Amino acid sequence: MDLEYSERHRALQQEIREFAAKEGHRSPKTGGGRKRPDLKTLDWQALLLERGYFARTIPKKYGGYGAAPDVVEAAIIADEFSKAGLYPGIMNQGISMLVPTLLEVGREDQKEQWVETTIRGKTIWCQGYSEPGSGSDLAAARTRAELDGDHFVVNGQKIWTSSAHYADMMFLLCRTEPDKGKHDGLSYLLLSMKTPGIEVRPLTTMTGRAEFNETFFTDVRVPAAQIVMGRGDGWRVANITLKYERMLLGDPNKLMHRLNSIQNLMERTEIDGARIIELSEYRDRLLKLQGEVLAWKYHGMRLLTDLANDEDSGVRRLIVKYVGTMLGHRLSSLAVDVLSAAGLSYDPQGEDKDDDEATTWHIDYMYDVGLIIGGGTSQIQKNIIAERGLGLPREPKPKEQAAAR
Amino acid sequence: MRFGLSDEQKMLDESVRGYLTRALPLDEVRRITVEGGGFDVSLARGLSEQGLSGLCVPEAHGGAGLGMVEAAVVAEALGYAAAPYGFAGACVMAPLAIARAGDGGLQDEMLGAIAAGERRVAVDFSALAGTTGAADLQLAGKTLSGRATHLLDPGGATDLLVALADGRMALVAADSAGVAPGLRKTIDRTRPFGEASFEGAQARVLDAANEPLAVASDIVGIGRLMIAADSLGAGQRMIDQAVSYALEREQFGRKIGSFQAVKHMCAEMVAMLEPCRSLIWYAAYAQQHGTEDAPLVIRHAKAHLGEVTREVSRMATEVHGGMGFTDLLGLHFWYKRITFDRQVLGGPERCRSEAGVLQGWAAA
Repeated sequence: MDLEYSERHRALQQEIREFAAKEGHRSPKTGGGRKRPDLKTLDWQALLLERGYFARTIPKKYGGYGAAPDVVEAAIIADEFSKAGLYPGIMNQGISMLVPTLLEVGREDQKEQWVETTIRGKTIWCQGYSEPGSGSDLAAARTRAELDGDHFVVNGQKIWTSSAHYADMMFLLCRTEPDKGKHDGLSYLLLSMKTPGIEVRPLTTMTGRAEFNETFFTDVRVPAAQIVMGRGDGWRVANITLKYERMLLGDPNKLMHRLNSIQNLMERTEIDGARIIELSEYRDRLLKLQGEVLAWKYHGMRLLTDLANDEDSGVRRLIVKYVGTMLGHRLSSLAVDVLSAAGLSYDPQGEDKDDDEATTWHIDYMYDVGLIIGGGTSQIQKNIIAERGLGLPREPKPKEQAAAR
Repeated sequence: MRFGLSDEQKMLDESVRGYLTRALPLDEVRRITVEGGGFDVSLARGLSEQGLSGLCVPEAHGGAGLGMVEAAVVAEALGYAAAPYGFAGACVMAPLAIARAGDGGLQDEMLGAIAAGERRVAVDFSALAGTTGAADLQLAGKTLSGRATHLLDPGGATDLLVALADGRMALVAADSAGVAPGLRKTIDRTRPFGEASFEGAQARVLDAANEPLAVASDIVGIGRLMIAADSLGAGQRMIDQAVSYALEREQFGRKIGSFQAVKHMCAEMVAMLEPCRSLIWYAAYAQQHGTEDAPLVIRHAKAHLGEVTREVSRMATEVHGGMGFTDLLGLHFWYKRITFDRQVLGGPERCRSEAGVLQGWAAA
């Protein structure tokens, strides 16, 4: 354990505090993030990139800050931004999932073309993974892409494509090698959402918003060079992306930030003249969650150390999505209970308007259930933890089961 | 920059675990626990030779002078082995209390002997840890009277160290006049627990610290950290046993570990316990470096480990089915140890309540 602040760390902390005082008024409100970033958000993002408070370890030639990974620096930035209530930067599928995937296995020209524009928030991506017939069984994807000259021709349907209605690009898992096995027959393509033959139909969720979509492909032509790795490598690439998706979904900084917001909410919300934080039944719930979020925060620091040392985190990483999303839902549940006890209502104003605090928490409380399901459900995560992390045997396939009888 | 153990700390961990694996097969845990009352002279001697009794004793007094992270690593290893050996009180709290609040003469007299394993000091800090029926101790000058009812690590104890509610600490020899030590039975028999009554016993008062209450409270925190680390090790052992049982036991013609109902229990246990290790490491680091958040994080560590290991101990037993409930398998030694760890030096409710007070959310 070596978490001493060096001179450099103290200087960074001081620098961020000065930055917060001087530039903090330019920060967009935290939360939200399910829309295309507006001008204010894009300006703030540019400022964060310039100062190295975002994409700090992405190489300069791809638009990042080019710093070496440093657990303490990352923790200082997250802490100071959370304390100052500053927007920590855009989180979307392109930034959190596609960019690290390309940095890990993309071609040089792909990194140069896509990383900078994506981390600047200018290029928005959506994820073409799930299909009506392949959800938890993702590798059963049937959307096919056949090579015709120097283009793949894509036909099929994807579902749960978040932000497809405003995305510029999609990363798509599709079947290019129908003769090969389930996992070996897949490829991973990057394609423009403006390509003819793509139809996006919104799906309304329980929040009342159309947060994701069904996407239909009819003879959509994608240049063959827009493949990541080679033909038949799609399952491998998709799993790299999933690894980053699951890390994002369990992000401890987000939960820390949320815990602070709930504490603040409980300190200023009253029932019958008493602040809710003074009521032991509610306070103990907050304290339980505080202990869990703290454990989660330090677990995140341990994972960052693994990453910096290029060590395999094994089961430590595999639990992230499951634990983080379940904890997120318990946090928003407490917020909703506090607000409901104080008699506040739910009154969403629609996607383009700002909602009041109670409504925002209620939307999170619903959205969090979606996060528990999306990116591989909690039950799929538990299979992965047990099988890949603990070495427990897979469930026998129906055929094997019949043969064993 | 590193969030994790150093190479030296990993070596310490491996060496202690290696020794415990050799010295403490299940039969030996059973023998010492059932026949030996939870203390064994030769095991204690062996662990002293491994450096455990001197781990936290300053180097000037013949110890290793190691810090909280090292102590937590050792505590976890002892919990993993369900080792019948009192560590938190006798090897960590007692020497640190003497080093921080005892005068030079007392340090000279006690610390080297503790490091060498020649003296073992049982402790009772329950007056500061919110335990029911806490000691009604009276210290008049150097004369101690009353009862200590929550004596931690009395196995092989030569001396008793008790803390009063105002933070004063008094040390008495176990065999001195006016001291009547006794044992109490708890659910956990891997480590004995005790009591003592004092009638005008002559005590050495640890009065060299400027702020006695702050020091004594800090020692309670350190003890809580060690107990939490012990339960982390015990929980990890139960998970490892459950996973290996699930890989071995067959029902319906399959390994039970291939059933999702079973593998999901294993996954849930790991998902709960693994972040606890980072919490313990950070709490140990924070205590060692005296960071501002140390008192808060230690209370959370004690509370959270208590909650998580209760779940883990139940689920790991369940994975074993009927065998888990038997005496034969011995899983119950860990189940009971976890149950004891949860309560001693303040249970989760007490620790969270203190955490609320610390943050100004409730009156003291």
